[in-house]
Amino acid sequence: MNHSLYLIILLPLLGFLLNGLLLGRLKKGFVSFIACASVGLSFVWGVKVFFELLAMPEGARAIQETLFTWIPAGQFQVDFSLLFDPLSSVMVLVVAGVSFIIHIYSIGYMHDDPGFGRYFTYLNLFVFAMLTLVLADNYLLMFVGWEGVGLCSYLLIGFWFEKKSASDAGKKAFIVNRIGDFGFLIGLFIIFWQVGSLNYADVFARAPEVFAVGGGVITAATLLLFLGATGKSAQIPLFVWLPDAMEGPTPVSALIHAATMVTAGVYMIARSNVLFMMAPTTLAVVAIVGLATALMAATIALAQNDIKRVLAYSTISQLGYMFAACGVAAFAAGIFHLMTHAFFKALLFLGSGSVIHAMAGQQDMRYMGGLKKQQPATFVTFFIATLAIAGIPGFSGFFSKDEILWKSFSSDFGSPILWAVGLFTAILTAFYMFRLVYLTFYGEGRMDNHTKAHLHESPKVMTVPLMVLAVLSVIGGYVGIPHVLGGSNRFEQFLHPVMTGLHGGADTSEHVLTSAGHSAGTELTLMIGSVVLILIAIYMAYYLYLKNIDLAGRIRNNLSGVHALLHGKYFVDEIYGALIIRPLINGSLFLWKIIDVFVIDGIANGLASIVGDISTGVRPVQTGTMRTYATMILAGAVVLIGYFIIR
Amino acid sequence: MEQQILTLVTFFPVIGVALLLLVPRERADTIKAVSLIVSFVTFLFSLLMYVMFDPVANGMQFEINIPWIAAFGIHYHLGIDGISLLLIMLTTILSVIAILSSWTAIKTGVKGYYISMLLLETGMLGVFVSLDLFLFYVFWEAMLVPMYFLIGVWGGPRRIYAAIKFVLFTMFGSLLMLVALLYLFFLYHGYAGEYSFDLLKIYEMPIPLGAQTYMFLAFALAFAIKVPVWPFHTWLPDAHVEAPTAGSVILAGVLLKMGTYGFLRVCLPVFPEATIQFVPLISILALIGIVYGALVAMVQRDVKSLVAFSSVSHLGFVMLGMMALNVQGMEGSVIQMINHGISTGALFLIVGMIYERRHTRLIADFGGLAKSMPVFSTFFMIVALSSIGLPLTNGFVGEFLILLGTFKANSTYAIIAASGVILAACYMLWMLQRVIFGKLTKPENEKLVDLNIRERLVLIPLIVLIFWIGIYPKPFFIRMEPAVKAILSMVHKVDRADVERKEGIHVAQPTCVGTTCTISGGGAGCGK
Repeated sequence: MNHSLYLIILLPLLGFLLNGLLLGRLKKGFVSFIACASVGLSFVWGVKVFFELLAMPEGARAIQETLFTWIPAGQFQVDFSLLFDPLSSVMVLVVAGVSFIIHIYSIGYMHDDPGFGRYFTYLNLFVFAMLTLVLADNYLLMFVGWEGVGLCSYLLIGFWFEKKSASDAGKKAFIVNRIGDFGFLIGLFIIFWQVGSLNYADVFARAPEVFAVGGGVITAATLLLFLGATGKSAQIPLFVWLPDAMEGPTPVSALIHAATMVTAGVYMIARSNVLFMMAPTTLAVVAIVGLATALMAATIALAQNDIKRVLAYSTISQLGYMFAACGVAAFAAGIFHLMTHAFFKALLFLGSGSVIHAMAGQQDMRYMGGLKKQQPATFVTFFIATLAIAGIPGFSGFFSKDEILWKSFSSDFGSPILWAVGLFTAILTAFYMFRLVYLTFYGEGRMDNHTKAHLHESPKVMTVPLMVLAVLSVIGGYVGIPHVLGGSNRFEQFLHPVMTGLHGGADTSEHVLTSAGHSAGTELTLMIGSVVLILIAIYMAYYLYLKNIDLAGRIRNNLSGVHALLHGKYFVDEIYGALIIRPLINGSLFLWKIIDVFVIDGIANGLASIVGDISTGVRPVQTGTMRTYATMILAGAVVLIGYFIIR
Repeated sequence: MEQQILTLVTFFPVIGVALLLLVPRERADTIKAVSLIVSFVTFLFSLLMYVMFDPVANGMQFEINIPWIAAFGIHYHLGIDGISLLLIMLTTILSVIAILSSWTAIKTGVKGYYISMLLLETGMLGVFVSLDLFLFYVFWEAMLVPMYFLIGVWGGPRRIYAAIKFVLFTMFGSLLMLVALLYLFFLYHGYAGEYSFDLLKIYEMPIPLGAQTYMFLAFALAFAIKVPVWPFHTWLPDAHVEAPTAGSVILAGVLLKMGTYGFLRVCLPVFPEATIQFVPLISILALIGIVYGALVAMVQRDVKSLVAFSSVSHLGFVMLGMMALNVQGMEGSVIQMINHGISTGALFLIVGMIYERRHTRLIADFGGLAKSMPVFSTFFMIVALSSIGLPLTNGFVGEFLILLGTFKANSTYAIIAASGVILAACYMLWMLQRVIFGKLTKPENEKLVDLNIRERLVLIPLIVLIFWIGIYPKPFFIRMEPAVKAILSMVHKVDRADVERKEGIHVAQPTCVGTTCTISGGGAGCGK
């Protein structure tokens, strides 16, 4: 059966080419129509293939399509070929679906921007690259998408290129990602020379024969892949680019820097579950880095005043959760959270965009307040998303977050410490998100009168996408209701065939992931306990930022050192600048001015001038007078004759 | 036709020179038109040759071998394999583009300029088609003269210094090469009883390691200066900065490839043991070149010298891949030669276009060009991204294979070289940011006119090639593979068919446990 998978990536590519080549010659309406329609159709096609996939027997759910041979060099052969299996199907639907919603929203948000056409061109290119990333059937093609989304991120962060801060942020994102990609590439080299292929199917099939579980080679390879993931998904130590990425238009922050691109690292690890399961050390590193990032970013989010910065750190923190899930071998839980997060975080960003739109560009929450009166639709949807991210039962985030917390406690790779850090982060999350909501939507308006007079709800083209995402933020979790609440976690079951690292590819229909040794009672107790703590955190936010604002200020003053540290984001940027960037530039100047110009060229020019000096020294011999020459000839003859006589 | 096609392609530009001699020097437009047509027809002939070329055949094609100076066994022996085929195509394409790009930039001495360009083309093509070492040497030296004039007459303010430096550096190497060439010539006489410079015959001759070492060093030095391998690179930034745009395009695009091509055609197959012996030295120099070139490029203030130093870095990749001595590394190296010609050629063209408008190349004099020259900026961006090896552009295919092959040979080298990929992003993006992004602060930059039709025509073929090689490089790899395997079989002294088996992927031993495993040369090496 022909599924024409390629249409999923071809459509956005065509949209990109059409809008890009005719840039400046099309009317706005037409540009946005092409852009939205191409992504919309791509989504529709993805849904169609998804149902075809569902119709297949569970163990055989994979559609593979080879388009052409990309690089053939001796034994190294890489094809441009696509794979649609349960994991990529989830990613395709999330990516194309959320992209489509955000495309629609952008029509309203970017309406008055002179770069309207350019914006949609880049956006379509992004969708193409992201879908290539998730549909690739080999690591190298995944890398194509991986770098492609990085390029689009660079272009869109620096979209308002006349602002230096924007082009700085774009450049930073690209270079930091390159550091991660460096690791990714080396990881691929190891895999290729060990396995002889970069195809997922070959790699995962041969990995058990080629690699020893826990061996140095597989540990190195997976750690290097994970380095790539820390770049793309903004984890310690490469997270520094994501907060700055907020320089881009807000829908871009929603799409690329929250819902889709930044989750690529999580997808890559889930995809490589076979490899990571063979490297327990790497798994531990992933879990620890993930949770450390989650905790660090959540603490920074407490002290930020820029609404988008809070959300940016919140994204880093939530991504940390997803990695934590992968690190305790709960890959499906990681992907589950990836999906619900895509819904509610996209919604939060778009909601903040709606607020910023009404506030005429103001992003500082200290100058907001009381917006729920003027922006009811934005407020309600934003509130739903906040409940979801805080993990209030019934909302999507509750199911996915709880799944991760439980797995980090109960999995063979988990531990109560991991669980405790995760829970503490969840409490902080609820606190800073409600702080944001109270500062923005409740209380008195703190904006100037001019802005106040112009406050308005955003147009339908922006609020309808918010509503759609709000619905998804509620119902998105119901595909994965845990057993303990009477569900059957259909999401995990659906992904099960891809997670061969967990069950060795054996096709078992009864595959409840082990939470052996832990009773349902424990699970329920932890669940209820965490909900109670989260509710307390919300009340604290309410008390500090609505009831008793002075107290918040006093706490801040009493803990001014801590506040400065958090507000300054632990000064990581400054540390990197002093330890890496400065020395690099100074060292390069040294190489140029001293080594190149002075030493190497000095030697070359010195040799030349020595030759010149010698020549100058010898030159007086050539006097041009006959008499001198005759004398010399005579002298020469005397010497020669003398030599022969004496001999 | 089979026999004549190489002669036709190589010497057709000389016919153009003869025609130009007949045109009075005031008729600048006629001179330009004749040169353009002649170079374009040369390109068409080379295209015909490309079509006629049998992609999968082993050995040389279109061979012609007739005595030239019979007394010394010197033959007019031409022939090409897949590697020379691709380099010839690069040369003919870049020559057309270089000539078209000089349209308005060259205002004085028009006739001499275009004659030099066409003579240069014949010289370059001659090097790629020669299979007789004497002939090879003649073309090698002949190339110098027109290039000397291009820099020395039509160059920038320090053109005389740069031209002399260029010639002295190159001559120094070529003299050593000449000595080694003669030694080889007499050695062959001792071996076969006849005088010959025929490369294919010399390939068959076993040479004692001691002699190999000296001759390898002499040839390698000549080629290394041309590449240029660090630390013989200091002529390059000067030559580039002073050369006219088209001169830089040809210099970077083709002339530097003479060095790498020399290694492939002469050093590796003629001196296989010496090659293997010198792999570490050359690889390390290449690595230094990669990192050093990138770092120094980062702090340049002049766009053109930034691109020149980036060439040092990129050519380091080419040398490194070659020294991996396996199929992936060498194919990556060959494709990267082509890529560098395309991408760096395009970068120099772009710098030239902006120089013609502003008469400055200092990064600090620009900023915000994306606003005043959007088409220019888009082209600039695409070319810069290809230069830093973004996937689906040509640069990625080359760099990836080079690093992949190198990793097999020596993983440490590959890791160091891969850091050059990060640095490339640093210097390119930083330069882009300062040139095309930001606010239009300088009034001179506000009135800049975007690219005209001719300038777009100059760049579009290169942009097409950037994506072609990035997306569908298969036709190129098919054609070069027999040639690459032939060279490797001579280096490793194995049958062509065994080249890959030797390089075969060893399935890692299951004994490889614990954390002591290391990945080392020889594939799945499992060091304890």
